[in-house]
Amino acid sequence: MRGVRLLWPLLAILIAFAVGGLLTWAFGHDPFSAYGALISGSLGSGYAISTTLTDALPLMITGLAVALSFQSGLFNIGASGQYWLGAIVAVWLGYSLKLPTPLHLLVCLLAGALAGALWAALIPGLAKAFRGANEVITTLMMTYVATYLGHYLIEGGPMQAPGYTPQSPHLLPSAILPNLVSGTQLSVGIFLAPLLAALTWFLLSRTRLGFSLRISGYNPRAARYAGVRPVVAILAALGLSGALAGLAGAVQMMGVDHRLFDSFGTSYGYTGIVVALLARNNPFGVLLAALLFGVLSSGANAMQINAGVPFHLVDVIQGVIIFFVAAEGLMRYLRLRSGGNS
Amino acid sequence: MSALLEVRQLTKRFGTLTALDHVDFDLLPGEVHALLGENGAGKSTFMNLLYGLLRPDSGSVSLEGVSYQPASPKDAVLAGVGMVHQHFMLIPALTVAENVALGDEPRRGFGIDLGSVEKKLAELAAEYHLEVNPRAKVADLSVGLRQRVEILKAFYRRARLLILDEPTALLTPQESQQLFRAVRAFQERGISVIFISHKLDEVQALSGRVTVLRRGQVVGTLTTDQTSPAELARLMVGRSLAPPVRPPSRPGPALLEVRDLQAQGLGPLGFQVRAGEILAVAGVEGNGQEALIAALAGWSRSQGEVLLDGRPLGRLGVRARAEAGLGLVPSDRQEDGLVLPLPVRDNLALRAYHRPPYSHSGVLDLPYWATHAETLVREFDVRPPDRRAPAAALSGGNQQKVVLARELAASPKVLVVSQPTRGLDIGASQFVYSKLLDLRAAGKAVLLVSLDLDEIFALADRIAVLYRGRLMGTVPSESATREGIGLMMLGQEA
Ligand SMILES: Nc1ncnc2c1ncn2[C@@H]1O[C@H](COP(=O)(O)OP(=O)(O)OP(=O)(O)O)[C@@H](O)[C@H]1O
Ligand SMILES: [Mg+2]
Repeated sequence: MRGVRLLWPLLAILIAFAVGGLLTWAFGHDPFSAYGALISGSLGSGYAISTTLTDALPLMITGLAVALSFQSGLFNIGASGQYWLGAIVAVWLGYSLKLPTPLHLLVCLLAGALAGALWAALIPGLAKAFRGANEVITTLMMTYVATYLGHYLIEGGPMQAPGYTPQSPHLLPSAILPNLVSGTQLSVGIFLAPLLAALTWFLLSRTRLGFSLRISGYNPRAARYAGVRPVVAILAALGLSGALAGLAGAVQMMGVDHRLFDSFGTSYGYTGIVVALLARNNPFGVLLAALLFGVLSSGANAMQINAGVPFHLVDVIQGVIIFFVAAEGLMRYLRLRSGGNS
Repeated sequence: MSALLEVRQLTKRFGTLTALDHVDFDLLPGEVHALLGENGAGKSTFMNLLYGLLRPDSGSVSLEGVSYQPASPKDAVLAGVGMVHQHFMLIPALTVAENVALGDEPRRGFGIDLGSVEKKLAELAAEYHLEVNPRAKVADLSVGLRQRVEILKAFYRRARLLILDEPTALLTPQESQQLFRAVRAFQERGISVIFISHKLDEVQALSGRVTVLRRGQVVGTLTTDQTSPAELARLMVGRSLAPPVRPPSRPGPALLEVRDLQAQGLGPLGFQVRAGEILAVAGVEGNGQEALIAALAGWSRSQGEVLLDGRPLGRLGVRARAEAGLGLVPSDRQEDGLVLPLPVRDNLALRAYHRPPYSHSGVLDLPYWATHAETLVREFDVRPPDRRAPAAALSGGNQQKVVLARELAASPKVLVVSQPTRGLDIGASQFVYSKLLDLRAAGKAVLLVSLDLDEIFALADRIAVLYRGRLMGTVPSESATREGIGLMMLGQEA
């Protein structure tokens, strides 16, 4: 069984690369040199690896956020919004509070997580728990709110730094995650990823709360029979998922961006969905899947520069992966529907 | 007469398990052929092979002398084979006509010609005594009517061979009678039927021949007239079965007391179940059974009083009730009782994982779960005896054993069981009965909610009849007659 479960995601990746290769070839480039450039650009040097890890980190954490909600049977599509809330709050505390270094880091990270948690649990969570509102819709709507809120805050709002650029003040040094490899953007934040994956895994498979969440995810009626209160399960699942997404935002700000830019188009929250799907919601799988996306994004530039292949090809590969992962999810669902028997 | 269907040496393995082992089987035109066997004997697997849902590992099938190797249900349907599954496959949001036409829609311009579907359905319905409103939404239909839709769907596709996998498991006695009338109509029109059931009287009433499967092998094909329920039961389980013995009851004080209980679709009603007693709640399905269970379980809001061993349960939640000594075996083991994708081990911990010894300060004690599961799996003879197997991979009888094992392991004072043997074979039913009688002998109280009068008469000390959410009355089972209970089930005073 385990082998088969791993087979599909791997197959999806292989097919995606094959399709990408064919396209490269069809447009008159050499697919082997393109992929060679992709690999060496993402894994071929210390610098390349650092960039890959930097790109993968936010996806690792948002991927965990989404995987946790999926395992609980909830579809937190709005990890992007929670990410931005976490980013906003961490930046705000990061330049306005004056605290000694380790404490300041801790406060900013925790506040970012808390902000993400509340963003997911308060409106989408309560609306789902008490009114049955579909969390797909509500978390998505809250993402728009978060994005516009962010724009407002740095475009003439209270968080805009003096001057005309729409950006927040720079974080104080005490709120910046130490750099790990000089000359790159890789911070010590990368160590959080395996830690969070292990915590998520432990929570889901070894704790009472995690078991409640999983049985609610698999079969809400059996969860009721087991005595799980749906309100608690919904708030906990969305809250924890939001906390992870918020933490992703905080880590990105404190490790890489160091201030809030007008870059609300970035979509780590959405890519996190694909990462979780590809990983079959397995927390450790999420790390690997995010790493793959990190490779794609950091290698894309090298591919364009060294092999002359437009880096949009990478978007195509990502698209094909998404397509096959989604198709596989659909197939599994259909098989579940038709294979059931006493 | 040459056979419509000829199966030779058909074999299907799931990993190391041989679910079907060199099976030979013939079906004549216009024959109703019953397929009997214990839970897990391989009946559904066999039918899924014929319907193209599974592929055999070896062996051959021919249909009207031509080799028949369906790769999907679509091939089966094209070849004239229809199947009604143990679990229905309709889309609740669509109407009857839409469901029937799905996948084979008659086109009219860019749209679907639902009018012609409805007309054809009406003809088929009249021909086979299967009336149903083609415009009704499937979600609004009763189980019996949904089944009709499944059957009509098969005939709409011109099925000549109809497979019915435990069609009566979910039906009321009246609905079963209507189904039988329809099956006889099929037979008159030369349609062959393979009929799976665990109820020997149904097999006897309906089938011309019966094939018995045991652990994937055919142990015999018999002419139904020339056999007896005892012989069939012996073939199925490989030994003769003694009916459960119920020693005279010596009831103690009331352990479960219900006063003026009222909820949506229920009550007000009251009753007592005493220590060492089994009280059965009889009734036609849909007369408040589910509301009663929900109220007792603490799933729904209700008014009135429920006392467990003298202690009011009041607003206590599901867990507090279980801890107070209220065990519950819900009617639908797959929807309520089990988390199918999770292993047997986890399902055995489902109702108590929140407290020691299953967990300590919020952390699960999985080694304890494993030893606990290991013990229960052996004690209740769950097959396969593998605590790691997902509950979904067990047959119905073994799933029920898991549910029962879990509830009994908590040593409840009062056990509420609903339809405990639905879909179970004779051996498994007997096992469940013996466990319930053990509980009674140990001085516990059992509330048995059941649609099956045979079961009620075999087990109950007293019988209460539920009609439109209220109790028509309670009678001691010694002085009760089937006719009397039957009348009360229809709302008439006995
Ligand atoms: N997809 C599957 N994978 C693994 N094992 C399976 C699968 N389907 C069925 N089995 C096993 O094959 C055996 C036969 O199962 P099957 O469903 O055919 O039994 P059945 O005779 O229909 O039982 P029931 O009366 O409970 O419906 C059982 O041991 C079951 O656990
Ligand atoms: Mg079956």
